[in-house]
Amino acid sequence: MLYRHRWLQVLLLLAPPTGWFLVVYLGSLSVLFLSAFWLLDPLTSAVVHTFSLRNFQILLGDPTYRTIVLRTVGIAAAVTLTDALLAFPIAFYMARVAGPHARSLLFMAVLLPLWSSYLVRVYAWRVMLQPHGPVESFLSAIGLPNVEIGYSDVSMWIVFSYIWLPYMILPLYAGLERIPRSLLEASQDLGGRGGITLRRVILPLALPALAAGSIFTFALTLGDYITPTLISNSQFIGNVVYDSQGVANNIPFAAAFAIVPVVIMAGYLLIARRLGAFEAL
Amino acid sequence: MAVEPMSPAPTLSSPHPAGPVARESAHDPAVLLDGVSKRFGEVTAVDGLDLEVTDGEFFSMLGPSGSGKTTTLRMIAGFETPTTGRIRLHGRDVSRVAPYDRDVNTVFQDYALFPHMSVGENVGYGLMVRKVPRDERRRRVADALSMVRLAGYERRRPAELSGGQRQRVALARAIVNRPRVLLLDEPLGALDLKLREEMQLFLKALQLDLGITFIYVTHDQQEALTMSDRIAVFNLGRVAQVGSPAEIYERPATPFVAGFVGTSNLLTDDAARLLVGREGTFTVRPEKIRLSDPDEMHTAGESSALGRIRDVVYLGSETRYIVALEAGGELVVTRQNLETSSMEALAARGRQVRLSWNREHVLALKAS
Repeated sequence: MLYRHRWLQVLLLLAPPTGWFLVVYLGSLSVLFLSAFWLLDPLTSAVVHTFSLRNFQILLGDPTYRTIVLRTVGIAAAVTLTDALLAFPIAFYMARVAGPHARSLLFMAVLLPLWSSYLVRVYAWRVMLQPHGPVESFLSAIGLPNVEIGYSDVSMWIVFSYIWLPYMILPLYAGLERIPRSLLEASQDLGGRGGITLRRVILPLALPALAAGSIFTFALTLGDYITPTLISNSQFIGNVVYDSQGVANNIPFAAAFAIVPVVIMAGYLLIARRLGAFEAL
Repeated sequence: MAVEPMSPAPTLSSPHPAGPVARESAHDPAVLLDGVSKRFGEVTAVDGLDLEVTDGEFFSMLGPSGSGKTTTLRMIAGFETPTTGRIRLHGRDVSRVAPYDRDVNTVFQDYALFPHMSVGENVGYGLMVRKVPRDERRRRVADALSMVRLAGYERRRPAELSGGQRQRVALARAIVNRPRVLLLDEPLGALDLKLREEMQLFLKALQLDLGITFIYVTHDQQEALTMSDRIAVFNLGRVAQVGSPAEIYERPATPFVAGFVGTSNLLTDDAARLLVGREGTFTVRPEKIRLSDPDEMHTAGESSALGRIRDVVYLGSETRYIVALEAGGELVVTRQNLETSSMEALAARGRQVRLSWNREHVLALKAS
């Protein structure tokens, strides 16, 4: 019976994941949206279930929150750019230059950090980047005095760039590996030196993969709250949301603020789709 | 070599030149390979190759896959560096010169069109890289496209074209740069038979029109015979024979060449002693053998042998008979189906026959 009714097969296969997706993911997302329009009674600390734009008025009106949003998006963008620049040579070497042996070694090197806990790696960086810690001492030793990056946005940028780098390397590797060798040879054959071949052939063809990788680096940075808490003193969207619902117990406000990265990400994905990022995934 | 302001698309019916086009012999050959070898690790792909390609000639490198013909082409293009030996283009040693500094262009087997560019951008790529002014670029791209009969296709994307059209875009992209030598790596391999035959004549006409040297890699002997001024037959990383199509076909130097270009019809051992009267390896082309009743007498100057038809392959215009000789070994005989129907042809299986051939058509082969 299963064999004859394809639709039944499909239904049985897809029902669990679709159900999960509808209930757990879309369900919680709609609750998030809904509660963003509720209010917190300042006296009783109870959630008032009435529709109000109050939370968004605060978000848009208060310069503190605007700064936090700009800082978060700015660092996410900086991390994405940094990872793209760091990942490209590595991915290119892995995909097009390295022999099978060197390639698997590099794969190990890229993937191995993912085996250890995220927290362990962030704490390791926290020790290195703390004021008067190893990094600052090293920088002043080589003649850059008074560099204070401990607990700053700079250290956040460094740590995020480190943590999300594999998520840029892997799609980029896949994208570069897919470019047929004959296209690079054709470019050379027609007189294109390395620089021209890179700019006119490799980069345009790797753009979807680059966009795909940037979805990871950008989204993961945008939503993180652990690294900002451990590495820096400045506020991030993630830890404002965390503090609002944890410390202040203001769930409606936390929900409203959590919508900001969702909206930013939606815009980002629209752009990424135009660049063909989803064909590259 | 200056190309005239490009003439209209060459006609498909072109005169066939008898042999290599005679050129001023004082000039250096277009391509000269001097003791060239290429090893990939343990594997020797090309083994001590000496080859000379005359300026303006249509030169084919024919051989089975793995015979080293494509590696040789890639070394001329500059994608591979020879392990030993020298490569000269018009006298200039280019053994260690990068592809972008060589005056050759390649038509790739998979066409290698840039998928993110339009047809016009693809064809104009070499000119853009060399900073040819925009107006001249546009004119030359249009000319090259009309030469391959794709006038007005500038704005199309490669993905919108058929295989045959892509193939011609790849051709236009190479010739627009007016290279002195054009390298073609099995460019017709992906096309269907009808289109392939059409393109063979087209390429030949184009080559005569442009007057540039074509070096053409193929594993299709028919293709090589149709187009080439000269053919180099490759086997196991070496050149087994170089010569005009007629020489290669009529006087194959080795059993390998005899077998690869046409059907192998070898007389060895007992059959050689009995039918040729000498020790050695000999060949007779299948179309040179006459098939008759066993009791029919053969004429003077002919050799003849008795045998039994082991198998019959009906090919439409002709029939191929595989005959087991009483003297040992087998010979293939082809016969035009002048009056024979398929029924009659196939009914001949198992029949006792006499084969006869003119002794002039027996060729002695060097052992390869």
